[in-house]
Amino acid sequence: MKVKMLSWNPDNYVRETKLDLQRVPRNYDPTLHPFEVPREHVRALNATKLERVFAKPFLASLDGHRDGVNCLAKHPKNLATVLSGACNGEVRIWNLTQRNCIRTIQAHEGFVRGICTRFCGNSFFTVGDDKTVKQWKMDGPGYGEEEEPLHTILGKTVYTGIDHHWKEAVFASCGQQVDIWDEQRTNPICSMTWGFDSISSVKFNPVETFLLGSCASDRNIVLYDMRQATPLKKVILDMRTNTICWNPMEAFSFTAANEDYNLYTFDMRALDTPVMVHMDHVSAVLDVDYSPTGKEFVSASFDKSIRIFPVDKSQSREVYHTKRMQHVIRVKWTSNSKYIMCGSDEMNIRLWKANASEKLGVLTSREKAAKDYNQKLKEKFQHYPHIKRIARHRHLPKSIYSQIQEQRIMKEARRRKEVNHIKHSKPGSVPIVSEKKKHIVAVVK
Amino acid sequence: MTANRLAESLLALSQQEELVDLPKDYLLSGSEDEGDNDGEREHQKLLEAISSLDGKNRRKLAERSEASLKVSEFNVSSEGSGEKLVLADLLEPVKTSSSLATVKKQLNRVKSKKTVELPLNKEEIERIHREVAFNKTAKVLSKWDPVVLKNRQAEQLVFPLEKEEPAIAPIEHVLSGWKARTPLEQEIFNLLHKNKQPVADPLLTPVEKASLQAMSLEEAKMRRAELQRARALQSYYEAKARREKKIKSKKYHKVVKKGKAKKALKEFEQLRKVNPAAALEELEKIEKARMMERMSLKHQNSGKWAKSKAIMAKYDLEARQAMQEQLAKNKELTQKLQVASESEEEEGGTEEKVEELLVPDVVNEVQMNADGPNPWMLRSCTSDTKEAATQEDPEQLPEPEAHEVSESEGEDRPVAEEEILLREFEERRSLRKRSELSQDAEPAGSQETKDSSSQEVLSELRVLSQKLKENDQSRKQKASSEGTIPQVQREEPATEEEEPLLLQRPERVQTLEELEELGKEECFQNKELPRPVLEGQQSERTPNNRPDAPKEKKKKEQMIDLQNLLTTQSPSVKSLAVPTIEELEDEEERNQRQMIKEAFAGDDVIRDFLKEKREAVEASKPKDVDLTLPGWGEWGGVGLKPSAKKRRRFLIKAPEGPPRKDKNLPNVIINEKRNIHTAAHQVRVLPYPFTHHWQFERTIQTPIGSTWNTQRAFQKLTTPKVVTKPGHIINPIKAEDVGYRSSSRSDLSVIQRNPKRITTRHKKQLKKSSVD
Repeated sequence: MKVKMLSWNPDNYVRETKLDLQRVPRNYDPTLHPFEVPREHVRALNATKLERVFAKPFLASLDGHRDGVNCLAKHPKNLATVLSGACNGEVRIWNLTQRNCIRTIQAHEGFVRGICTRFCGNSFFTVGDDKTVKQWKMDGPGYGEEEEPLHTILGKTVYTGIDHHWKEAVFASCGQQVDIWDEQRTNPICSMTWGFDSISSVKFNPVETFLLGSCASDRNIVLYDMRQATPLKKVILDMRTNTICWNPMEAFSFTAANEDYNLYTFDMRALDTPVMVHMDHVSAVLDVDYSPTGKEFVSASFDKSIRIFPVDKSQSREVYHTKRMQHVIRVKWTSNSKYIMCGSDEMNIRLWKANASEKLGVLTSREKAAKDYNQKLKEKFQHYPHIKRIARHRHLPKSIYSQIQEQRIMKEARRRKEVNHIKHSKPGSVPIVSEKKKHIVAVVK
Repeated sequence: MTANRLAESLLALSQQEELVDLPKDYLLSGSEDEGDNDGEREHQKLLEAISSLDGKNRRKLAERSEASLKVSEFNVSSEGSGEKLVLADLLEPVKTSSSLATVKKQLNRVKSKKTVELPLNKEEIERIHREVAFNKTAKVLSKWDPVVLKNRQAEQLVFPLEKEEPAIAPIEHVLSGWKARTPLEQEIFNLLHKNKQPVADPLLTPVEKASLQAMSLEEAKMRRAELQRARALQSYYEAKARREKKIKSKKYHKVVKKGKAKKALKEFEQLRKVNPAAALEELEKIEKARMMERMSLKHQNSGKWAKSKAIMAKYDLEARQAMQEQLAKNKELTQKLQVASESEEEEGGTEEKVEELLVPDVVNEVQMNADGPNPWMLRSCTSDTKEAATQEDPEQLPEPEAHEVSESEGEDRPVAEEEILLREFEERRSLRKRSELSQDAEPAGSQETKDSSSQEVLSELRVLSQKLKENDQSRKQKASSEGTIPQVQREEPATEEEEPLLLQRPERVQTLEELEELGKEECFQNKELPRPVLEGQQSERTPNNRPDAPKEKKKKEQMIDLQNLLTTQSPSVKSLAVPTIEELEDEEERNQRQMIKEAFAGDDVIRDFLKEKREAVEASKPKDVDLTLPGWGEWGGVGLKPSAKKRRRFLIKAPEGPPRKDKNLPNVIINEKRNIHTAAHQVRVLPYPFTHHWQFERTIQTPIGSTWNTQRAFQKLTTPKVVTKPGHIINPIKAEDVGYRSSSRSDLSVIQRNPKRITTRHKKQLKKSSVD
């Protein structure tokens, strides 16, 4: 017969080393741990408060340009390297870890309109107001060598933007038309036009790399197919689109930054209705860039702020601003999805954290677990009014704040008018147009 | 052209109108005549213009009044005629000449052919191209739909998506581009070369190679299998040995020992034949054992046990026998073996004798027992046989009973079987006792005699128990209420033997149920004296019981009916009253009304509402608090209540709350439970992905913390949605990442292979730019 008795097996309570955590036996009987919902609610509230307490997104400001920063580019192979072009024709290469400028090139006369890196990371291209396209080596010149471009292409018209193919030695420039260039030739291998207008930016699709999107000053967005050398479709919006950015994880969706303070996310197969209208800015949106995870994007605006939007939400989850930051012209999300860079009018490039309250550096496993738990709690209780209020609260500069109030009033007035119009006219005679469709003027085949 | 003309005429018309308007406003000037003349012409023009507005007649040829430049030299003019030039017109002058027949034919053929359609204009063509290209692209893109959907719904996404190969180059690659320079390195290299340590690709020493070649895979497998089998066998034998060692039965061990001895003997025989030297050694061993035995006092009846047995031996046969056995063993062991010293030649002749001598007594113990004088063994044998004989009988004995029981209802079977087994066992025990007591017991006789004998021997207890069981059985039979006559008859033989007992105690104690039944019987029937005989009682009671049950049922049914009448018949009564009031109504209408009334007879909405409100009011009223402690200052206990005085004293009356808001609103219930302080903390609108409030509540109510979950569950519940590796570049999704095949041709090559349109367009562009 076996005699039952208390047994203390040292394996269960003795640590192997001094550094191990003490093992705490736990009883998960729910009656011993009551009030789970209120307790978790309190934890969620604390987590939310702490998130706001630790929200310090601003990391560094890179100064050195002597004019407004007009364009930014990421290095495709190196996280620490960033390139920027200014309005005085100067191109600078920065090291983010050291937070200093490692190279300065006087690339163009007049503005540097566009800058892009080659997919291999060995060279980069710039276009400027002097009607030239220049290719530069990424590494600086050797001792005694002069700083000069690898190639220079003299064009007939001014180029306003440039983008490089994601896999091949092809780049696209835009100006009066969209040109596709082979790196080896001085003439474009293909030019695509649809009407005559100045095209402000062109972007290659990162997934299906033969697709391009461009936006022109006559309020339209045009999509091109490089292989078939033809434009595909054109959508005309209420106001001018400044730039577009393709989602790096979804081949068919892109977001357009518009002058009417909104951003529009489109599925390129159905251009007549945007998938989502993102509205929070109070002035023209000048640039947009996707997070490499494809879940969020950041937008830069003329209202001196940058905002981070989830792709599937119409409201922004975060707004960054500083007292000295003026109109933000360019914004980029770094390729490890941790940081955001923005170049603005007042000659600085600023580095921000993508998650304002994130702790930088290596986390211990316990820290990581606590972070994950807090994140989940915040998500779980996000709809509770007090938690929601705290999580949503942001301090805004007075100009933006008052603008928001003003625009709210305007919007409300417009809505009321519309409702009244519908109410006092014959039923069915005034069509009810959804917010998504309101801003699309036409889709041209 | 026509449009221009039209515009001109319209302009002229407007001028005319101005002119017409003028005279009304102002006095006519002197140049009236001229104006009149002009006016006429203008009027003419106007008329023409108006007539030309009508589309059909627009092109009517103006009347030719003077020579015109437009007359063609061929004398055929289509202008202004409004008719198309037809081929027949051209051919008319040729009709007569036959020499032009071929031309005519050709012309006819031309006439039969259709005109080629106009090519589409450039915009149209481009538009079609664009549409085709867009459809193609959309198709290409739609392959991403499932991937995108999966990524959007994924519980967790880990970036970067592509699996990075570890960038560790194999050692041989590293070594190939490296040379030993320092003396230390060179020394190490030399050492390596001395050992023939391979540096290049197949990283195996010659020894390793040789060992690889030495044994093929199949051989190795076979060898492994063999080893496995051997190991398994060994473990089996071990297990078997352990099992056998544990067996406590002396008899078993005796048998085993015997077997072993036999085996040893056989082996010894064989050994002697094959290898006499070894046999001698064996003999030596046996001799040694004898010597040891002689030296020891083991079997000399001098031990403690032997002494105790010696005392008992006078009275106990067993003890005596055991002692004898001991002595025999001693003798056996100490007996000297004659053969040991004898030569080989003699062996043949004396074999039998040797065998006799060699065989230890233990081996042919049975034989000795069989014919030997051992009285104990003999007796035990006979007793065994007797037992066997008697054991057969009891098996025969219960059989009929068993049959009986098995033939009766299935319900009784388990109990009956138990009973049989018990009885059998008891009988056997008693028989054994008897056989032990009287050795000259008669062989088992007939069933009846045996029964009687058993009756004699069985203890009182047994009788009682049997009787109880029997009662039990009978009771069950009663309960089942299937006491058919044949069954009772069949049971008779079994119960017969107990008859006297039963007769002695007719008023036996029955179970509660039976007593109750009896009581009922007395109620419903005239009292009937219980008969002494059991079967009689049974047979009587069973029919008595039968009408009993239905009666009860009837009673119950009646009760239910009454209730039904009370509850359900009231509306029907009402409805009956309807036709008396309105006799003139149609029957159909009446029926319908009746039906509706009946259908909604139950739900009185107003009354329900009032009731609900009353309940709500009651529920919201503050309750009195009773603080009485039973047993304080007076007697307490079950069924005792504290006195009214006490209760009155310790009852705290609740203060009357504020008047209800719906006090003066008879049609409204205002819920006053809602607490604005808590409402501020509650979610007012159901959040987006949830479709029902209970879904949301459930997600809130399941805790995710490690306080309520195991470590594993906690980790699972708190996995972040997006995980990124620090310091890694996240590249855009690629077709290869998700298992699609990316197109083999590069975009650039496709463009270059598609030169037609591009080049033309490009040329145009170039031209244009050069012109500029």
